[in-house]
Amino acid sequence: MTTLDTPPGTPGDAPEAPAAPPSATARAWRTVRSSRAAAVGLAIVAVHVLIALLAPLLTTYDPIANNADQALLGPSWSHWAGTDQYGRDVLARVLYGGRYAIGVSVAATLITLLIGTVVGCAAALRGGWFDDVLGRVLDAVLSIPSVLALLVVVTALGTGPSVIVLAIAVVYVPQVVRVVRGAALAVAPADYVTAARARGEGTWAILRREILPNITDVVCVEFAMRASWVVLLISSLSFLGFGADPPTPDWGLMVAENRTAITVVPMASLAPIIALATLVVGLNLAADGLSKAWGVDRIREGS
Amino acid sequence: MLSFIARRVLAALGTLVLSSVLVFLAVQALPGDVATQVLGKDATPDAVAALREKLRLDQPAWERYADWIGGAVQGDFGSSLVSGKAVGGEVGMYLGNSALIALVTVLFAVTGSIVLGILAGLYRDRWPDHLISTVSLVGMSVPEFVVATVLVLVFSVALPWFPAVVLYGPEASVGRLMPAVWLPALALAIVMAAYIVRMARTSVIDVMASEYVTTARLKGLSGWRVVTRHALPSALLPTLHVIALNVAWLAGGVAVVENVFNYPGIGKLMLASVQNRDLPVIQAIALISAVVYVVCNLAADLGAMALNPKLRTRGRTR
Repeated sequence: MTTLDTPPGTPGDAPEAPAAPPSATARAWRTVRSSRAAAVGLAIVAVHVLIALLAPLLTTYDPIANNADQALLGPSWSHWAGTDQYGRDVLARVLYGGRYAIGVSVAATLITLLIGTVVGCAAALRGGWFDDVLGRVLDAVLSIPSVLALLVVVTALGTGPSVIVLAIAVVYVPQVVRVVRGAALAVAPADYVTAARARGEGTWAILRREILPNITDVVCVEFAMRASWVVLLISSLSFLGFGADPPTPDWGLMVAENRTAITVVPMASLAPIIALATLVVGLNLAADGLSKAWGVDRIREGS
Repeated sequence: MLSFIARRVLAALGTLVLSSVLVFLAVQALPGDVATQVLGKDATPDAVAALREKLRLDQPAWERYADWIGGAVQGDFGSSLVSGKAVGGEVGMYLGNSALIALVTVLFAVTGSIVLGILAGLYRDRWPDHLISTVSLVGMSVPEFVVATVLVLVFSVALPWFPAVVLYGPEASVGRLMPAVWLPALALAIVMAAYIVRMARTSVIDVMASEYVTTARLKGLSGWRVVTRHALPSALLPTLHVIALNVAWLAGGVAVVENVFNYPGIGKLMLASVQNRDLPVIQAIALISAVVYVVCNLAADLGAMALNPKLRTRGRTR
């Protein structure tokens, strides 16, 4: 009986399991080559990551060392983007600034997406009261302004990077759950999911082997989209004084510090603004390009 | 259809009750003792005990919740831990000032983005579309505080047309505040419009490719009438939802922008109360924002139903 059962089972599984990784990478490569927006966006993001990683090699200045004699200088050969009110090199601070922004954003987005994907898939698969209760709770969380929720968490637990990651997860998980649940609901009634259920596979196995491979595109687009929002949110938090602690080089914090001196040294405010905007433009382009190339409808999923 | 509306309203009420519980839990059940949290680590034990007494922390949480929500329904949110004034009146005053900004923002954002979205949709893949799409992409990619800072640089420093900061307190009259409303509202509207433009563009493109628009064209309707009769309503429909969803965002954006301009609105109060750990004020703001969000979503749902006959019938069958 078992020997008879396995052959029909394997052909169903075989093309899916071993073929999935190479076809996924091949497909991703094809997408990047065919969609110019996605390629440009991903390239911008890659450049930002490289700059953040290689910051110590790109500048000889210390981003947090004060130098009172050199305060508020305009752009020159020794300081390409001038200096701020404490005499710190603006370019060095911008180059290092990506570390905090990208590091915290990537961590926060990854965790948010991980939790959101698992919960969203579980809601779609289990359905019933679990789905109903979850939907109500998520609605309630969504109705509280995210900045306020963020501020409350940060004031209660302090402003460490790990707290900010946690706070962002609290704020954004409900939205990711909604999107992923919608995508998973479209997959859940498919025959191969029913077949897997009939075979007696557990929820976790169905989720990992049947649902996830089919919503990878939605999750990837969601990652790029969500990352752009997270970067904006973290920079706003820093700007308000609840994010990075003052000597840390961070773009939002730099704008807050140098805003008052904007007529004296405009570059000190403009340089972090440009860095921040290009990173988010890159993420948005990547999200747009990927969603277009893969036919992921952002609008329908948002509602 | 009536039962559909009733069910929607009931669901909205349920969401509100749940979010009030969440707000209460989040603020009150944060790790550590609330009284110590409020007063800071080096407060004297006497002061902590007095505050515990005042906040009635010795009573069970659900009793305090019942008291709080019971008062809140009647507009009584307790008194501020910092100023000692009634929270309801204080929040209401700041909220009124913010409503001014929100109103102007929504007006700017909706009219601007609908016009631009329709233009982009009609001139799909030609230069107006590329221009509008690029600008909206940039608009989506800069945070509110950057837009606000740039606006100050242009319209208060370079061209001294509008005040860069507000010097009045929360009790200033509308006439006094009015000159200071435009720049914050414009900053928020630019960011908000960037999202709506894309939404409107997509729906216009969908509609213009639909069969009934072709029919209308074949009937000999002028291009202008096709746009006003078909493109405009269909562009409005998804926009309604985006606006409703943006209300929660608006509360956050307002916090940032009001801070830039020192505008005496709810966002500034929110920030100050979080810094001072003024729990009753935080709770009141969160609850009021939740009410506004839920009401806006409900209104958008019902509005969408009124605009789209398909949704009406779907509501009946569901």
